[in-house]
Amino acid sequence: MNYCLYCHQFYSETWSWSALFGLKAEPLLCQSCTAKLELIRGDICRICGRPFSLFPEQYRQGDSCYDCIRWEEDEEWAGLLQQNRSLYVYNDFLKKVIAKMKYRGDAELIKAFYPLSRSKFKSITQNSLLVPIPLSKERQYERGFNQAEIFAKSLTGNVQPLLKRVTHEEKQSKKTRKDRMAKKNNPFIVIDEDGVKNKSILLIDDVYTTGSTLRYAAKVMKDAGADQVSSVTLAR
Amino acid sequence: MRFVSYFLNDRLIIAPEILVENPDLKPVPFGELPDIELRSLNYSFKYSEKLQQILYGKMLLLDELQFPLKTIQEHYENGFVMYNPGVKKAKYGWQCNRCGNVNDHLFASFSCFRCKSESCVYCRNCIMMGRVSVCMPLLSWTGPDMKDKSNHNLMWQGELSARQQIASDRFVEQVGKSGELLIWAVCGAGKTEVLFHGIEKALKMGFRVCIATPRTDVILELAPRLKEAFPNTIIASYYGGSEERETPAQLVLSTTHQLYRFKQAFNLMIVDEVDAFPYSYDKTLQHAVSTASNPDALRIYLSATPSRTMKKEVIQNKLPCVKIPIRFHGFPLPEPKMVWSGEWKKRLERGKLPPAFLRWIKSQAVSGRRAMIFVPSVSIIEKVTELIRGHVEVIVDFVHAEDSLRKEKVARFRQGDIMLLITTTILERGVTVPFLDVAILGADHEVFSENALVQMAGRAGRSKDDYNGQVLFFHYGKSLSMLSAIKHIRDMNKEAGF
Ligand SMILES: [Zn+2]
Ligand SMILES: [Zn+2]
Ligand SMILES: [Zn+2]
Ligand SMILES: [Zn+2]
Repeated sequence: MNYCLYCHQFYSETWSWSALFGLKAEPLLCQSCTAKLELIRGDICRICGRPFSLFPEQYRQGDSCYDCIRWEEDEEWAGLLQQNRSLYVYNDFLKKVIAKMKYRGDAELIKAFYPLSRSKFKSITQNSLLVPIPLSKERQYERGFNQAEIFAKSLTGNVQPLLKRVTHEEKQSKKTRKDRMAKKNNPFIVIDEDGVKNKSILLIDDVYTTGSTLRYAAKVMKDAGADQVSSVTLAR
Repeated sequence: MRFVSYFLNDRLIIAPEILVENPDLKPVPFGELPDIELRSLNYSFKYSEKLQQILYGKMLLLDELQFPLKTIQEHYENGFVMYNPGVKKAKYGWQCNRCGNVNDHLFASFSCFRCKSESCVYCRNCIMMGRVSVCMPLLSWTGPDMKDKSNHNLMWQGELSARQQIASDRFVEQVGKSGELLIWAVCGAGKTEVLFHGIEKALKMGFRVCIATPRTDVILELAPRLKEAFPNTIIASYYGGSEERETPAQLVLSTTHQLYRFKQAFNLMIVDEVDAFPYSYDKTLQHAVSTASNPDALRIYLSATPSRTMKKEVIQNKLPCVKIPIRFHGFPLPEPKMVWSGEWKKRLERGKLPPAFLRWIKSQAVSGRRAMIFVPSVSIIEKVTELIRGHVEVIVDFVHAEDSLRKEKVARFRQGDIMLLITTTILERGVTVPFLDVAILGADHEVFSENALVQMAGRAGRSKDDYNGQVLFFHYGKSLSMLSAIKHIRDMNKEAGF
């Protein structure tokens, strides 16, 4: 007997994850909501972790996608972000779930992803310092919480809020790709440079969309002496 | 958010922490403040009329008000605004003061940046309207009432049928008294016109009137008609995504969900389709209806298919009721015909349509008339559509609840572009199209209740130029619901004198 965390429908526990993923945890979403989520599996882009099955052949080259190749061809950005891995495809349903969580403020929803993300990212998170992508102060007050921080804390490992956002998000999202790729006006600064030096950093965010937010964060981390920077997001 | 509290002239006063510069006062989350009293009204205070217009009769979060915190605080200190708890401890667990939710599983907590609490409890039931938590007060207006200076003459010139007139008179007679009245009007009775005179009387008495309905499409259809009938009255619509929320309206159209925003705002509350999802089974929505109306408000319920509970109350004389058993065009309701179609489920599984249904669909396709074909579940909807397409030349399509093209497809059906529309019970109400027949494939299935069948049958024969549409129940054994639905329709026709 359970209520689905997203649609609030009552459902029986007759189905379980163990059959699907060999997981012992109790599912928090009903079967119908779970079915609308698309796990990322199969061949993925070596860098950004997007599944190859979802986009046309001509947008990939070898084991990378075209977007990543563009980033890597730019000497300012090349090699900054070692790799990104995500749990789910950012499809219409997940967009709705994340919007309800972020914009309506239903923080509880993120719990639905805990069991799977914990097991899938176990090996990546083990030897890294987890740094959530921060919100600006205004945005965090408005929302009441930072979903990336909650997500980071749910993963096992050492979480340190070492980044600070100094530019308000809106200004950032209005920029074109060209603007975004220019490295001046980086919205982030590192709070504690010593805490970053020679560390292996794992950035945590809810969604990887263009990849520029994570690369900006990776940039300041590297400048502060981080050994290498990767990232994990819920959706890609 | 956090507040400080202190004594001023022997009375406790509270203020948001950011407005007070006194390091001796310790800020606490709103929910941890001692009980606060309403301040006495300072008549010399120059209050904001804009704030009065927006907040009067409502319960809103600070985030919903585009006013500086300082302005709100001044209104509170002078007795014009009150900070009410949003979520508070109940006897067992928690209670949401906006939607009335007390279900444990619909509360959660989070580490809150606003009040710095590690577990700030919030309500998940009404989250779609913005988060109400223990630390966020709901604001209400406690200053003077708004003066209504407009003239609310009804400009509608149409005529009512004899039975519409009877219902309208009953309604008018009740305005000014409290209590309840059920208007039981068959599908196509013309219930909107029945409301006009009662609403006019209420508006002229200075009442605030609300029409609440479970469906946004009803609001979109009703708003222009009411604006035409009452051109001098300010009318506002409230539904997810509407933009008229700040209008100080005398007449409000609202989805039942949006009612959560109001508090003792209405003297006349009209609840449309009182039996329909989600009002009928969601206790918190019933709470919303009572919270939104004044304790002595008159409540009018509209329904073509009242629930069993309501009908029982009518029989026991607990609920006053007036019936409109006849359609506005004066013709009887089409009676459903039962057509035995064997094991329709098994045939569908084998990729075949039942022969009786197949014969009908072929003749329907060449008749030039549209048809709505209801099926019991979404899972077979595409299959049935495909099978039908294999037998007819006209355009066949399907629509279900989560169809992203739902609006578009219904519009194309209205225009006569789509001729045969396969659907589930989601379209049992609201779609009115002339020259339409109705078929229910698998009418004996348990999802089809008496009321659902009556509503589906009610789609046919709606216009006076086509009053005798066909209604067919394709079944594999008559169900009780089918028989009750047919009896329901016959009884109504009998009552109308046919
Ligand atoms: Zn669900
Ligand atoms: Zn890539
Ligand atoms: Zn609530
Ligand atoms: Zn809080």
